[in-house]
Amino acid sequence: MATQEQSGSEAGASSGKVAAKTAKLTCSGVWKVFGQGAKEFLARRGTAPNAAELTGAGLIGAVRDAGLEVGEGEIFVIMGLSGSGKSTLVRCLSRLIEPTAGAIFFEDQDLLKTSEKEMIELRRHKMGMVFQHFALLPHLTVLGNVAFPLEVQGVDRETRKRRALEVIELVGLQGREAYYPRELSGGQQQRVGIARSLAVEPEIWFLDEPFSALDPLIRREMQDEFLRLQNVLRKTIVFITHDFDEAIRLADRIAIMQDGAIIQIGTPEALVLDPATDYVAEFTKEIPRAKVLSAQAVMSPLGDGEVPSGGVPWDTKVADLAEQLVDSEADLAVLDAGGRPVGRLERRAVLDVLVGRKSGS
Amino acid sequence: MSVTGSTRALRDGARLNPWLAAWLAALVATLLVYQLRDAWPWAVRYPRAWNVPLSVWISDFMKWLINDFDLGLFTFKELTRSLSWLLDWPLVTAKGLLSSGFSFSSDPSASIVVERVSWVALIGVVAVMGYKAGNWRLALLVGGCFGYLAVFGQWDSAMVTLSSIVIAVPLGVALGLFVGIAGFRWRRFEAAITPILDLMQTVPVFAYLVPILFLFGFGPVAAMIATIIYATPPMVRVTMLALRQVPDEVVEFGRMAGCTSRQLLWKVQIPSAQPGLMVGVNQVIMLSLNMVIIASMIGAGGLGFDVLSSLRRLSIGQGLEAGIAITLLAIALDRLSQAFANRPPPEHRRQELSWAARHPYLLSALGILVVAWAIGLVWPAMHIYPETLEITTGAFWEELVEYINVNFFDELEAVKTWLLLHVLIPVKRFLLQLPWVAVIALLALAGFQLGGWRLALLVACLAGFIAVTGQWAKSMVTVYLCGLSVMFAALIGVPVGIWAARNERAHRVVQVVIDTLQTLPSFVYLIPVVMLFRVGDFSAMIAIVAYAVAPAVRYTDHGIRQVPPHLIEAARAMGCTRRQILWRVQIPLALPEIMLGINQTIMMALAMLVITALVGTRDLGQEVYIALTKADTGRGIVAGVSVAFIAIIADRLIAAWATRRKRELGLA
Repeated sequence: MATQEQSGSEAGASSGKVAAKTAKLTCSGVWKVFGQGAKEFLARRGTAPNAAELTGAGLIGAVRDAGLEVGEGEIFVIMGLSGSGKSTLVRCLSRLIEPTAGAIFFEDQDLLKTSEKEMIELRRHKMGMVFQHFALLPHLTVLGNVAFPLEVQGVDRETRKRRALEVIELVGLQGREAYYPRELSGGQQQRVGIARSLAVEPEIWFLDEPFSALDPLIRREMQDEFLRLQNVLRKTIVFITHDFDEAIRLADRIAIMQDGAIIQIGTPEALVLDPATDYVAEFTKEIPRAKVLSAQAVMSPLGDGEVPSGGVPWDTKVADLAEQLVDSEADLAVLDAGGRPVGRLERRAVLDVLVGRKSGS
Repeated sequence: MSVTGSTRALRDGARLNPWLAAWLAALVATLLVYQLRDAWPWAVRYPRAWNVPLSVWISDFMKWLINDFDLGLFTFKELTRSLSWLLDWPLVTAKGLLSSGFSFSSDPSASIVVERVSWVALIGVVAVMGYKAGNWRLALLVGGCFGYLAVFGQWDSAMVTLSSIVIAVPLGVALGLFVGIAGFRWRRFEAAITPILDLMQTVPVFAYLVPILFLFGFGPVAAMIATIIYATPPMVRVTMLALRQVPDEVVEFGRMAGCTSRQLLWKVQIPSAQPGLMVGVNQVIMLSLNMVIIASMIGAGGLGFDVLSSLRRLSIGQGLEAGIAITLLAIALDRLSQAFANRPPPEHRRQELSWAARHPYLLSALGILVVAWAIGLVWPAMHIYPETLEITTGAFWEELVEYINVNFFDELEAVKTWLLLHVLIPVKRFLLQLPWVAVIALLALAGFQLGGWRLALLVACLAGFIAVTGQWAKSMVTVYLCGLSVMFAALIGVPVGIWAARNERAHRVVQVVIDTLQTLPSFVYLIPVVMLFRVGDFSAMIAIVAYAVAPAVRYTDHGIRQVPPHLIEAARAMGCTRRQILWRVQIPLALPEIMLGINQTIMMALAMLVITALVGTRDLGQEVYIALTKADTGRGIVAGVSVAFIAIIADRLIAAWATRRKRELGLA
């Protein structure tokens, strides 16, 4: 199945948001096939087998021919339903699971050619991971848990305590340092998980369904908290979820997985505007478009007429500019990053989006 | 098994079920072989001339090992000697501390004596431990149990027993932990040790003693080695299980944090598995206690020796007092270690506390020791419980037994004789006359029906081993005694289990009784039985039933309780009476679980059976016991392994049936 790269199908402005940054983590042709003789089977076949052929050989393709590129400072969300292979893929990326085939690069380093010893060093200093069920160590306090990654590195007691207290404060758990995990609520436990993964100041941050085990209200709160943290920290993030709303809310770009394969990669906007398959369309159908689409997606060309007086930046979400448009009673100009007008926002087009009608029809 | 066959045949109407046909044919063939016993005597009674002298070979091998085997730098004998020496001194130290005290000097008149830990201090310390692990009630219970030991004059023996345990348990736990870790790390190692563990847990305890007696001689160290070997297998299993049960995510976290594999094991996996591991520690303690008592036969001394010698002298009162002491020691150790295992994880506390404030229990325990020692310097009663204050109930028990024997002798004797004449002896005769060829064939057929040809082959080979090594007749006596005991245990245990499952109050009472029964070392069961029925098969059977009834009750109770409640509701909605619900819904669905309980009962019955050799049975147990008294390694091992094989045959057949039935019922 071909991967459809779609990061910048619209104006150059949109792709400029990510493509300008260097790729931090890249992978291509990654396979994870379970079963006896999987490696030989893949090597023997010149072309990529499909799901039926794998099943015929008694194998299970958990990840099939996955390729993606995560830019520095980007929130890259991998979204899929349970059994779609998203958790397996992220474990391949961190090499918790050995992929059957493919290439994975962290910056310029080929992870699959990295020795176990170097991998340990890499994980100690450059990677952090947050888990769905928190994975806290029950016999250690909050402080002990957060300091644990530093402890295994051999950092001295004082330094690691100081650093741990810093990140504990960062996630808002000050005063709970001496508590044990079972004394905390789910949301607090995940804050510990987050603090712990940040203690080593990782360059790449894996989050495996971090909020899925939490109640909806807490989940929402944690998502806000996560965005706040990211505003400060600017990490490169691979975020796994099965919740499309969450993906839309957090992602710079989303990869959608189905049956082990990535079927589309794109910005939330691109997925909503141009779903690659019916499967993707099924997810985007219920999404309030006004919250996803930005001004530049609904604008029309400036034309020869007069440039409207009022203006909004190109990446303003429709939902956020509606009020301004209603108040002004006139069209608005869409401004690029330099403040120059690049398009016209017609009241009618915006209203179409707001009431959920397909524009242009 | 043929029962399911016949019900199916009924359901299928006129069509004959192939299994039923096979079983009928097999039974007819058995009868035929029996009728032809004059023409083919070899098919009924295994000919002596065909015996494979395996026991002789093993004995010769052991002799060679101890006399001639040279490992290059040192001989095997030197190896065992140095191992004994290595284990001897911690044991001597523990004994010195708890029991005998130390005296240093070359000149006996001016020796420096360090007294043992005073009885008051030890009671205080165990009470503090009870309070730390549980609450004041546990402290009182544990303190009370140890108090009994002092007041009833059992202190010296109990401390000898305790000092063996104090050394054997940490060694057993450490050994089990390391072997378990190896099994967890390397699948192939696990595959190699699993059958050995199976065998170790089914070979009767006496059989362990024989080779150890041969290799390490008679004495406390040999007894302790036997104890460690006997107590370790469950720890190995528990370790592997507990490490596997650590959530994947936690292990993944450890790897993502950059743990090396050693860090992963010691800082992530083992601490996370700790609650599970503590269950293993409790088992090691209880098995060690059981074994230390039995190992008095090869010189462990202590309470076990007291029981053994009073059994031999038929001195009921003393035996019973020592038996009660063992029981109380067992209860105290069990409750204490369980409380430590089930202790809730720690609560947070303020960090700035001083070391002393963070360890109040340790400090108070140390305080008690020091104060008691200091007082002991001026007041010797602190060290040794004054003999004048000792109470003995021996005379009371002896009078009680005499009273029962005088006043109820006829009744007891009538019951015993009736059962012997109408049940025990006929069954024994019947089993002894069964052609061995046919028994093996029938077992194989059952194996084939329940688990395919692999099981059939396994069962046939194990039974064949018993025949070929010349153990057939003794094995049949074992099967007879074990079978009848299990039947009686089931007749008592299953109804009690059903009652407990349907009545909350009964459940609680039964639970306490069963827990206590299962804590008692097997030796203790012999005492009251011998008091009332003297020696022989009947006494043995009663002891076995009492020892083995617990799992039948427990599994029945559990099996009926785990029947899904919506099925009961559905039955009630259809208008079933309580009785109908029991017979039509609960029992059929609980049957696989009940059978697993019976399976456990069989295992325990076989374990106890061998110990009843002390009260004069004539089965494989006696064979092992004789081997022990003669230090005949081959004979002991072959008979012990035969008992294990009987256990394995029963276990595999029942487990195969239960698994299949559970699958059919959609319960597994």
